[in-house]
Amino acid sequence: MPFEPVVFFFVLGAAAGLLRSDLKIPSSIYEFLSIYLLLAIGLKGGVKLAEYPLGEIALVSLVVMAAAATIPLIAFPALRALGGLSRADAGSIAGHYGSVSVVTFSVAVAFLSKRAIPYEGYLIVFLVLLEMPALIIGVILAKYGSGGVRWGKMLHEVFFGKSILLLTGGLIIGLIAGPEGIKPLDALFFDLFKGMLALFLLEMGLVASTRIAELKNYGAFLLAFAVVMPLVAAVIGALTGTLLGLSVGGTLLLATLYASASYIAAPAAMRIAVPEANPALSIGAALGVTFPFNIFFGLPIYYWLAEFFHGLGASAT
Amino acid sequence: MTAQPKTLLTIITEGVLENSLVDDFKRLGVIGYTISEARGLGTHGLRTGNWRKDGNIRVDIVADSDQCARIVDQLRADYDRDYGLLMYSCPVDLHG
Repeated sequence: MPFEPVVFFFVLGAAAGLLRSDLKIPSSIYEFLSIYLLLAIGLKGGVKLAEYPLGEIALVSLVVMAAAATIPLIAFPALRALGGLSRADAGSIAGHYGSVSVVTFSVAVAFLSKRAIPYEGYLIVFLVLLEMPALIIGVILAKYGSGGVRWGKMLHEVFFGKSILLLTGGLIIGLIAGPEGIKPLDALFFDLFKGMLALFLLEMGLVASTRIAELKNYGAFLLAFAVVMPLVAAVIGALTGTLLGLSVGGTLLLATLYASASYIAAPAAMRIAVPEANPALSIGAALGVTFPFNIFFGLPIYYWLAEFFHGLGASAT
Repeated sequence: MTAQPKTLLTIITEGVLENSLVDDFKRLGVIGYTISEARGLGTHGLRTGNWRKDGNIRVDIVADSDQCARIVDQLRADYDRDYGLLMYSCPVDLHG
């Protein structure tokens, strides 16, 4: 089966929303699930981080961040010139697409574990590092010359919002505890991970269904952008991963990170920093189109891309 | 029963503004406020509140009418253009 089974929970949630079922995940459960996923991902990365020399990771991180910065810089002119979007909307959407999605990453990790494909554990560090720079680039693109950005509030929202806080906290706790120290928590944070992810995807499907219904108002350009942009970004990610010497699994994860668009941290940050941008456009595209595209069709394509570039690299040497 | 005449100002706006509003209230010398989560439909569309920061908040402030007017002016200038913002007030009797 090409799909990771957890993605069907997304379909179930979306169907429930579109059929106007009374299914609703209470907001406290949603909060719990998101805290759980962020901590579990952070812990998993922290435990594996200890296996790598920090100097090597720092160097790779710089390259990964520099390559990722090209994504909003490609997206912005495309949105302006081809889509005819306002400067604020183009900057905001470019920021969303340059930033990353924790849930898409989680589904990619599940995709790899199902196929028993190994990957470099420290890639989870990039989840933390890649969330913020694109948002800043997006804000600068949206506001350049017009001033009046609430930078302090926006940066506080990004750095101390729960996603970066819990991911970083989990990383540090995992790093300090190590594989042996974390054992008592394994049953909760690692064994139950897929089940919790399934429940979270059910909620994501419900929320996405409200966005899917709105999408017909946004026009064909944005729909096409929401599919083409992740593919372009994934090629940049797969190339970067291959050139950095990551494994096929690691390259797939990097391509997925580049391809994913943020729909939890970015909307809140952009609402503060670029309030004149229409949030329905960016969230509709990121959550209504790009997220489902990535988890259903993107992952197999990115896997193929990772193998393709690795094949090129092997035949060149 | 003694009662002081005061003004009740109610503000309904986007949840994402909560921290900014709290800072504004402090600057404007507001002594107390009550914030609760809110759902509803308005000119900015349906706000279901089932998504982080997608929901609205409702702020109640009981203060002198002059102070309420200052708050309304400040918030209108800062947020009305870009955010969903609804404000209304009415006279109330403050007990205790």
